[in-house]
Amino acid sequence: METYAIYVPRLLPQKDFFAPGHRACIGCGEALAVRLVTKTLGRNVIISNATGCMEIVSSPYPTTSWRVPWIHTLFENASAVASGVEAALKILNAKGKRGDSPKVVAMGGDGATSDIGLQALSGAWERGHNFLYVCYDNEAYMNTGIQRSSATPYGASTTTSPAGKVSIGQTRWKKNLPAIAVAHNIPYVATACPSYPFDLIEKVKKAVAIPGPAYLHVLSVCPTGWRHATDLTIRIGRLAVETGVFPLYEVENGSYKLSMDFPKLRPVRDYLSPQGRFRHLHEEEIDRIQERVTAEYEKLKKKAEA
Amino acid sequence: MEMIGMEGSHAVAEAVKLADADVVAAYPITPQTHIVERLAEMVADGELNAEYIPVESEHSAMSACLGSSATGARTFTATAGQGLELMHEVVYVASSMRLPIVMAVANRALSAPLSVWGDHSDVMAVRDTSWIQVFAENGQQAFDLTLCAFRIGEDPKVLFPVMVHLDGFHLSHVVEPLVLLEKSQVDKFLPPYKHPYSLDCDRPVTMGAFAMPAVYAEVKKAQHDAFLATKQVILKAWKEYGKLSGRHYSPVEHYHTDDAKVLLLTMGSFSETAMVAVDELRKKGEKVGLIRLRLWRPFPFEELRQAVANAEVLIVLDRCISFGGPPGPVCSEVRAALYAEQKRPKVVGFIGGLGGREIAVAEFKQMVSRGREAADKGAEAVPQITGIR
Ligand SMILES: Cc1ncc(C[n+]2csc(CCOP(=O)(O)OP(=O)(O)O)c2C)c(N)n1
Repeated sequence: METYAIYVPRLLPQKDFFAPGHRACIGCGEALAVRLVTKTLGRNVIISNATGCMEIVSSPYPTTSWRVPWIHTLFENASAVASGVEAALKILNAKGKRGDSPKVVAMGGDGATSDIGLQALSGAWERGHNFLYVCYDNEAYMNTGIQRSSATPYGASTTTSPAGKVSIGQTRWKKNLPAIAVAHNIPYVATACPSYPFDLIEKVKKAVAIPGPAYLHVLSVCPTGWRHATDLTIRIGRLAVETGVFPLYEVENGSYKLSMDFPKLRPVRDYLSPQGRFRHLHEEEIDRIQERVTAEYEKLKKKAEA
Repeated sequence: MEMIGMEGSHAVAEAVKLADADVVAAYPITPQTHIVERLAEMVADGELNAEYIPVESEHSAMSACLGSSATGARTFTATAGQGLELMHEVVYVASSMRLPIVMAVANRALSAPLSVWGDHSDVMAVRDTSWIQVFAENGQQAFDLTLCAFRIGEDPKVLFPVMVHLDGFHLSHVVEPLVLLEKSQVDKFLPPYKHPYSLDCDRPVTMGAFAMPAVYAEVKKAQHDAFLATKQVILKAWKEYGKLSGRHYSPVEHYHTDDAKVLLLTMGSFSETAMVAVDELRKKGEKVGLIRLRLWRPFPFEELRQAVANAEVLIVLDRCISFGGPPGPVCSEVRAALYAEQKRPKVVGFIGGLGGREIAVAEFKQMVSRGREAADKGAEAVPQITGIR
């Protein structure tokens, strides 16, 4: 919260490394997050990007939105590619064949991160490669048309978990990727959301300053997939945080710290009701979600107080 | 250098060490294990100054190689059978993004049933990936061809990855007499690796952009043309290597072919057994010879046509089944290469040596007589399987 007290937009670097003109949808929270992350990282960075919305909207040959060295190869291997980049930089510097040490950053959507690419990411964490992995979590496979992922929240209707006469949509609770990251004993894990830009920026700075693997899980509001008005992106992100659906926190060397706490959380209904993907939910399911969110938030608070 | 006794796998590792590779990323699988174990040992002992990335899968092995090679590091990996299948998707990316990774493949059969033993099913599944692919017949060649692979792949006119195939167990695990090279000789032969567009903050590049239908075909045509053009560099590198080492390589190698009416064609370690069969048949006065396909990709059309021009029967051995298709991948490619020729031998295809099954000298002799018979009867189109009990 301290950073909010010095809210001075002029303190932000002017230069953007994710150029305008990309083909993201109107109101895309993911593109906004990428812009903030790359703005913070600056020019000395090499990015390894998984297949997904951000890769597709930014790189239709022969155009590119990337003003930093950027490599995309496949859907599930961004962290393995980043491992190779990091190892190469290390040895080439040691052998005097390169004289620079750019930061290495891998990025992907929630599908690339928590489903198909989880093994490669776990491997990279275990091996201790010094790079930041940023997951842009828009809670489904958006690039291929809003199919469910393991990060899709309970009750959301997607094209492969459609709400129907006998289904409420997604029947599983969202996979807790930050907790999986913490279980790897990596030095830095944090959640963020571009609705809180200064918090996000500070976390990116911290993540790349700490040697060793770092993981940043960014809630990326998606009007197209979540089915809400395109001018509500920032608002919905704030509601996710204010309701406790997506708490902002950091875990440094295993110790949890809430980035902001609320004396009283808003009811989850405030977050769910503007979104078409939850429109079909009955009171009973909303209550169930409320119960779960409250309990999870309490658990998190306990960890932060410990 | 003096002659020493060394396992094929270790000979490959020695070549990687002499090339002073920067990054090795690999996942263990029989029969490739001895290559990567030896490399890990070299790194642990400080004999090889490289980053060894013990990845969690072959998919990640090849992916890490992409990142490493794109960053400007000389990069090596090795795999076999299932491992090559698991990395399949990434194998295409390596060549299409023009990253000159070198990979040794200790050829292994594919599951199911599980078999750790050698055949060429794994190779054939990556046939069309635009990797330069060469076959070794013994440990010495595995060493030589691995060194040449770095030189060829990294040439600015090439920039394609290279696979060095050595048959699982028959080559990977057999100790043979061989001669290494001095580091000073290698340094003269192999210039430092420098990719013209590596990931560099002073010259940012976008690697791996996606292509709409309006450009995809042009990109692939350019890739195909560039791949065909690698042949000249391969020939030049092998010529220079010959001068350096006294060991000469060419895309199609001949053994008693000059006056041969019947020719065998093999790839890999079975070639040496086939040579013995040719010797024995020749002693009995039969005009038999052997063609060894050294360069599998790009396919050496011209050299093959010349090599078989005067033969009546060409007997091709495949160590892979193309289920429901033509006899075997090598045989069908050879047939296709000769189809438009005015004068061409009858081509008979044999499939054998699957899943580590031996093919002894006597069996090669049998193939010659069976092949000749089939050709005489005009039954050469019917695929034959050899060695089935
Ligand atoms: C091996 C493989 N399987 C499936 C796909 C198809 N595919 C491309 S992007 C994508 C979904 C991406 O979802 P996510 O990672 O959540 O990122 P988003 O597009 O939502 O940003 C899928 C399924 C692929 N490219 N490769």
